[in-house]
Amino acid sequence: MGPVIGVLFDGFAYGMLLFLLSVGLSVTLGMMNFVNLAHCAFAMLGGYVTVTLINTYQWPFLATLPVAFLAAGAASVLFERVLYRRLYGASDLDQVLLTIGLAFVAVAVAAYVYGTVQQPVRVPAYLRGSVTVAGLTLGTYRLFLVTVALAVTLVLVLALEYTRFGAQVRAAVDNQRMARGLGINVGLVFAITFALGSGLAGLGGALAIEIVGLDPSFAFTYLIYVLIVVSVGGLGSIGGSFAAAALIGISDVAGKYYAPQLGAFLIYLVMIVLLMWRPVGLFGRR
Amino acid sequence: MRKTLIGLAALAAAALAAPAANAQGTIKIGVILPYSGQFADTGIQLDNGIKLYMKEHGDMVAGKKIEIIRKDVGGIAPDVAKRLAQELIVRDKVDILAGFALTPNALAAGDVSAEAKKFMVVMNAATSIITTKSPYMARTSLTTPQLNETFGAWAATKGGVKKLYTMVSDFGPGHDAEQAFQRGFKDAGGEIVGSVRFPVANPDFSAFVQRAKDLNPEGIYVWIPGGAQPAAIQKALAERGMDSSKIKIFGQGELTIEDALKSTGDTAVGTITVFHYDPNHDSALNRAFVKGMNEMANRNPDIFSVGGYDGMHLIYEALKKTNGNADGEALITAAKGMKWESPRGPVAIDPETRDIIQTVYIRRVEKVDGNLVNVEFDKVENVKDPVKARMKTN
Amino acid sequence: MSIVGAVTEPHAYLRSQTRWRPVELAFWLATLLPYVLFPDYLVLASAIAITALFALSLDLILGYAGIVSLGHAAFFGLGAYTAGLAAKHGWGEPISGLALGGLVAGIVGYGASLIVARFRHLALIMITLGMGLLLEQAANSASWLTGGADGLQGVKMWPIFDVFRFDLYGKTAYGYSLGVLFIVFLVARRLINSPFGLSLRGIRENALRMPALGAPSRAHIRKIYTIAAVIAGFAGALLAQTTETVSLEAFGFQRSADVLVILILGGTGRLYGGLVGAIIFMVARDQFSGNTPQFWYFWIGILLVAVVMFLPNGVLGGLARLGALLRGRAP
Repeated sequence: MGPVIGVLFDGFAYGMLLFLLSVGLSVTLGMMNFVNLAHCAFAMLGGYVTVTLINTYQWPFLATLPVAFLAAGAASVLFERVLYRRLYGASDLDQVLLTIGLAFVAVAVAAYVYGTVQQPVRVPAYLRGSVTVAGLTLGTYRLFLVTVALAVTLVLVLALEYTRFGAQVRAAVDNQRMARGLGINVGLVFAITFALGSGLAGLGGALAIEIVGLDPSFAFTYLIYVLIVVSVGGLGSIGGSFAAAALIGISDVAGKYYAPQLGAFLIYLVMIVLLMWRPVGLFGRR
Repeated sequence: MRKTLIGLAALAAAALAAPAANAQGTIKIGVILPYSGQFADTGIQLDNGIKLYMKEHGDMVAGKKIEIIRKDVGGIAPDVAKRLAQELIVRDKVDILAGFALTPNALAAGDVSAEAKKFMVVMNAATSIITTKSPYMARTSLTTPQLNETFGAWAATKGGVKKLYTMVSDFGPGHDAEQAFQRGFKDAGGEIVGSVRFPVANPDFSAFVQRAKDLNPEGIYVWIPGGAQPAAIQKALAERGMDSSKIKIFGQGELTIEDALKSTGDTAVGTITVFHYDPNHDSALNRAFVKGMNEMANRNPDIFSVGGYDGMHLIYEALKKTNGNADGEALITAAKGMKWESPRGPVAIDPETRDIIQTVYIRRVEKVDGNLVNVEFDKVENVKDPVKARMKTN
Repeated sequence: MSIVGAVTEPHAYLRSQTRWRPVELAFWLATLLPYVLFPDYLVLASAIAITALFALSLDLILGYAGIVSLGHAAFFGLGAYTAGLAAKHGWGEPISGLALGGLVAGIVGYGASLIVARFRHLALIMITLGMGLLLEQAANSASWLTGGADGLQGVKMWPIFDVFRFDLYGKTAYGYSLGVLFIVFLVARRLINSPFGLSLRGIRENALRMPALGAPSRAHIRKIYTIAAVIAGFAGALLAQTTETVSLEAFGFQRSADVLVILILGGTGRLYGGLVGAIIFMVARDQFSGNTPQFWYFWIGILLVAVVMFLPNGVLGGLARLGALLRGRAP
């Protein structure tokens, strides 16, 4: 029994990592149909902010997390205002080209500034090692990751359900034209959502590097996983992203544990089967 | 369309004009490495070794000026590597091919070296068979069996373990390491109680570590490529309470490479690895090498740097022997049997296989002055590539 | 996309499209220039021709049927491994190896089309991506057959027609690749300017309405997807034969993504888009990486952003619009 729950927990924690990295993209894709393949570049920015603050300025790890969030959010506002907004009406292919181009540039800039070396990442001692709860050994950092992800989900869901801004976002996702007609400034709502989504990617990046490491190729390496979560979850759905991330994370870790020879196949098989069953994603509507 | 064509023609014409100015007294070396993508750091550290050697020894050898032309292969891409090698020879008129961080690329470029009869120095790629691809090829890095077969035998005897679990990356180099280590280990009386291969792209190791833990072996052997994964698997091991205080952990040196040790924390102490070079190796030559690299690139050299550094040494010394004759046949003849003192210790080029002969070091992670370092505590001298030795006897 | 210009009768429209314009003739004549002007660049030219062929194959499904694929390298890889394996196991004759590569890719492509034709949008993209990655993993696992990560070893090609040996300068390779590209292009051009091509464009614009007009969407998509797979297989086989190497990267996500970028860069739905995109992307990469091997992709990134900003719908799309603007008042 022990390993089963341990494996489930590890998979769930891994899934939460994917969730934090991808939820922002899901919302922006669902809302504006904007294909932002540079999403992981914002996550990478968050990672580098955290690494720099810890290693150069000796900040405590936890204090760097809000900064990673803000930095990625602020950077995304800049790009949204200068470049992205011009392409809201354009074809998704042009959006792909633009954002891939930006991701290339981001990778080059990161390699130029930080070099290609793996960044040393060390979280404080109280987040390392493991704790034993009721006979189960759980990684401390994984527990922390799960806690943060649950908190983020809670805040997002509450904000979306119970605030005025949340209502505007939902309206814009459901029917943009109607929302505009009702006097909602969709452009502004989207800019804010975009900044929040990218900020979350930054936070996700800062939290991910302890487990997956950080070098300039980060912007592309995790793009596939993020796309998988977004598509399986359904566009614009926070609950969908959460469920998809948990499902993918658990099936990946469980698959590697019980059938390691299938390890590399499983995540893609699960995705294909889920998408064939529900092409719009688990919680998607369109 | 017309615009594009005119632009292209102009671009191509400009590029064409450049190599026309090829002076008589120049020897060109075409270096093919991954300068971008997932393996960029390997390429760049190797290139640092090349640069440092040229900085220390100048760019004149036997009255000829050495010119380096660098090409980015972008990752594992044998078709691109082969094309770049062809272009270097046809377009840039290089005399020597060098670099090659990755096995498939080195194998593909080997064909070009053989056909064009150009001297080729493999400065990293570690699969045994590479040097059989061209009679004009020599290697200054390592072969995976050279390290791991030796290490397997060591682990079963001096290492004091009889039952091991092996974990390797599921691709060519990992398979080679698994095979070589298990062979060495079993031949010396050890028993492999289980093994697992993890996917190459694998961000999370928890499942594999749990599998190993379930079997409760005396120790585990890990082979993993450099990059993000060494730190990731070390952390996963520590999280499961599988650190070196409770179980013996063996691996090839990537597992405890300097960058990874900065992230892992003290749980890595006691891990035993095999490698052919470490920046902490104690010799006057290595101290100068490390100092020079820190002055030039502001970081420590690693196995890739030493492969590049020694590769340049081989090229320089071979050119001295041939008096500046860059003919492939002449250079490989000069390179065969060459011996020198490298920052890693004494090395030689096997005259029969053109592969490197070197000392294999067994190291343990220890805390020295507050930093985690790999401390060499045992070694096996004059190790040849065992695979090619067997090929010969069969 | 103004399909209906001054001509409204469909057959007349198709006939007007099949006529060869001077700029097309100039383009194809210019492809021979490397032999005269840049004999040192034939190896690169051959790689460009192969990439162009691959991009043309993607254009048939993306530009004409609206199927965005992030896994098109699956068929490229199948073609490459088929041709490579044939050569390795004693059949190094190029033309038949090429045909075999296309055949295997086409058979698998037909199988995949049964799935692909049922999906649209993001699900379609991700399913193609997933199938490509699965094939790559399968090829890695089947290392007894494929050589795994080291790549397929021992691929030796015979001379084409027993005369033209694959040489270091790439003379044969370029001639061979260009020849195949040209022939396939002619077929594709004929195909696109047929009633079948027209109904494909209809599917791209509105997949639900076409069946009502008597054009079965899914059957058409299956057909074009299979054809595109065959062409991608040709491209892969060409690469395997001209370089005598095959590796897992032939299936890779990177290759799928690159060809998509190349096609969008050149302009989709124009047949020449993939060709122009391949030339621009690969020449730019060759030049940028020659100057700065470490940071060339910075300039590629800037190039992509600039194209989107100043030449929307790719270089050809942008040029077409510029041309229309310059001529003024043109449709």
